Amino acid sequence: MAHSNPTAAAPMTEGATPIYWETEPHHHESGSSTMLGFWLYIMSDCLIFAMLFASWGVYGRSFAGGPTSHELFDLKLVAVNTALLLFSSITYGFAMIAAHEQRKSAALRWLLVTLLFGLGFLGIELFEFSELIHEGAGPGRSAFLSSFFALVGTHGLHVFSGSIWLVTLMVQVARKGLIPANVRRLECLSLFWHFLDVVWIGVFTFVYLLGSMAS
Amino acid sequence: MSEAVTKFLFGRLTLEAIPYHEPILLGTFAMVALGGIALVGALSYYKLWNYLWREWFTTVDHKRIGIMYLVLGTVMLLRGFADAIMMRLQQAIAFNGSEGYLPAHHYDQVFTAHGVIMIFFVAMPFVTGLMNYIVPLQIGARDVSFPFLNNFSFWMTTAGAILVMMSLFVGEFARTGWLAMAPLSGLDYSPDVGVDYYIWALQIAGVGTLLSGVNLIATIVKLRAPGMTLMKMPVFTWSALVTNVLIVAAFPVLTAVLALLGADRYLGTHFFTNEAGGNPMMYVNMIWIWGHPEVYILVLPAFGVFSEVVSTFSSKRLFGYTSMVYALIVICILSYLVWLHHFFTMGSGATVNSFFGITTMIISIPTGAKIFNWLFTMYRGRIRFELPMMWSIAFMLTFVIGGMTGVLLAVPPADFVLHNSLFLVAHFHNVIIGGVLFGMFAGINYWWPKAFGFKLDRTWGLVSFWSWVIGFWVAFTPLYIVGLMGVTRRLRTFEDPSLQIWFVIAAVGAGIIAIGIAAFLIQIAVSIRNREALKDVTGDPWHGRTLEWSTSSPPPDYNFAFTPVIHDLDAWDDMKAKNQMAPTQGWLDIHMPRNTGAGVILAGLSMIVGFGLIWHIWWMVGLGMLSVIGYAIFHSFDYDRDFNIPAAEVAATETARLKALAAAGA
Repeated sequence: MAHSNPTAAAPMTEGATPIYWETEPHHHESGSSTMLGFWLYIMSDCLIFAMLFASWGVYGRSFAGGPTSHELFDLKLVAVNTALLLFSSITYGFAMIAAHEQRKSAALRWLLVTLLFGLGFLGIELFEFSELIHEGAGPGRSAFLSSFFALVGTHGLHVFSGSIWLVTLMVQVARKGLIPANVRRLECLSLFWHFLDVVWIGVFTFVYLLGSMAS
Repeated sequence: MSEAVTKFLFGRLTLEAIPYHEPILLGTFAMVALGGIALVGALSYYKLWNYLWREWFTTVDHKRIGIMYLVLGTVMLLRGFADAIMMRLQQAIAFNGSEGYLPAHHYDQVFTAHGVIMIFFVAMPFVTGLMNYIVPLQIGARDVSFPFLNNFSFWMTTAGAILVMMSLFVGEFARTGWLAMAPLSGLDYSPDVGVDYYIWALQIAGVGTLLSGVNLIATIVKLRAPGMTLMKMPVFTWSALVTNVLIVAAFPVLTAVLALLGADRYLGTHFFTNEAGGNPMMYVNMIWIWGHPEVYILVLPAFGVFSEVVSTFSSKRLFGYTSMVYALIVICILSYLVWLHHFFTMGSGATVNSFFGITTMIISIPTGAKIFNWLFTMYRGRIRFELPMMWSIAFMLTFVIGGMTGVLLAVPPADFVLHNSLFLVAHFHNVIIGGVLFGMFAGINYWWPKAFGFKLDRTWGLVSFWSWVIGFWVAFTPLYIVGLMGVTRRLRTFEDPSLQIWFVIAAVGAGIIAIGIAAFLIQIAVSIRNREALKDVTGDPWHGRTLEWSTSSPPPDYNFAFTPVIHDLDAWDDMKAKNQMAPTQGWLDIHMPRNTGAGVILAGLSMIVGFGLIWHIWWMVGLGMLSVIGYAIFHSFDYDRDFNIPAAEVAATETARLKALAAAGA
């Protein structure tokens, strides 16, 4: 933090004359606001997903005479996908533990595993999308499919961006080591990655599970 | 060249997109081009490019970024106002079978551009600029939390503004009204590039707005000087905090709804179409869930300005500080519970309409409390009628009327009559001009001496003030009247000749406002010329109460040589009362962020991506996207972003100031 805790009472000298100006140099920890700032960004991203979930709530059964979610969703594939993403969150957690303990190669190894899980997730999602489009169930078929592709696709786009970021961070950690700036960056991506996991649980529940029950 | 190659290279951009057959646009283009060439020539002649790039474009100093926002807002105000004058003129003459001088195709773009520009590229930059400049100074900080992001945010906003300006001469702008309501903004009814310009300009600028919101929240939460508890924060900083919370909570909604509209237009989805299960009313809901908080995003900082100004120029502590803060928070929360009042006529039923009507009316309670607090602050105060105070009083008189017509519109049955009428147009201009714009003028007149070290000229300030206030009422009272008679908004021609007189009066009012704008520009020019006579060396020309007045004018790069410690609300007033001035020796090294060109480059690349998307030039989109990502990654490899201002340099700066102070005091 740039300053001492602002909520604490203002410092006093021994003679009880209040100090009005800080004349001592104080320690500057750079990037002190980063985690708060990143949390704020995550909250704003959360709102984008809130709007997409709201759209799904409105359009999720607007099949417009086309294929229904019950006919289209392959829950087995989604189960595999969900497992991949959840495991990637655990492995990212292991990477963070290693990072905090300054074990660089272990951190890098876990990051690599996380990346592979992430890419696996993306691969299956792309396969699912292309199957749907081949069956004539693309995003332009009905409002139901529009909102499905928008929500799931936006999540996928986030995982994709997260993967690019992950690779970048791996290179940076490999080159510069687990310096405070890099650990902070890893923490930000960690927040982002777990956030995507949380969103996916919503997607899995509201889109796939409830959707496959709709007729 | 074969057609396929041309299409690949230029997408749907053809020579037809250049409006050389429209004399008005051609004339405007000639003027803008001449002005632009003159400006570029002058900058080159005086060899200012290097200076501008080094000291301004790449700056991470919140003060300079704040000033750049204000310049952007002022430039765009001229464009937005030109649109306003064109509309007033068209409506004043298009009677008795006359078609006026604007074809429908052009007129519709004019009213759309007017709204979009005034909200996104005038009011928003003004508000963000003031917050950027003042907030770190008021909380005793050296900069914002994320100085580089601050620079990037500014350039993203500017990139959006440039795209809107580009639509004037390359292609066309949306013809849909400022919110681009679906299905009119869908592919079926607006197949041209207009809505695409709208979407991408706002998406790019929106990124800037959102990041600047995150930045200022983090700054206020994390970088307050020691001792400054939340309830010792200056009210303007409080209003900035609430505003930025609103920004972070509202702008993602705009991003989402524009992305869905974009998907409808680019990917053939069916969110807001009339077929395949789409629902245009969803668009109306979503855009207003952002749109209503947006009006509070604009007006709350203005409330903050008035609080500072009224307290300073009444030479009194603000009356009811705590209630002011709670009023801000209540307004912030309520602003999310009223969006449906923008479309009572949608047919949600009596229950829903009643709920939203009542929540809307409740907002007048905290707002009314604020008005009374300002009045009580003035009561028995030693009021100085300087320009900022005059703007504040004009605000109170004007805004209260606008607020009352707002409560009137909040009554659903009344709204069924007045919906979409010129009465509504008069109402929101009444609160936006009377609230936001008057607030910005109060703020600019108030803080100008802080930013530049000399006051603004009073005579021209008075001309500007009276022209704006009188012009506003002459321009908008007629709209209230004809609106009450049932005239709807956005009409190009009129059947009933008895209405003409009202539109002529309104046009005269717009002319008076034009004088107000001109006088404002002259005020700045005259003040710069007379800056020696208007000079203020104390840094505290108004006998201010908050910390920004404790440092020099303009403040040094690092704002404060020593971090202030806060014991009371109105910290600077407290220090002056106890004679606790900043130390005059014992300078320390100061750690500061380094300038960077990354913001300009990333925003420029984003603008190119936007242009490619608008014109379907896919190679440009692809290359641009890759460059944005690549450059962002490249920039992240730069770990060395700070530097130290050595104590000797601080000593030199501060000693020079102390000498000037002593000379002025002698």
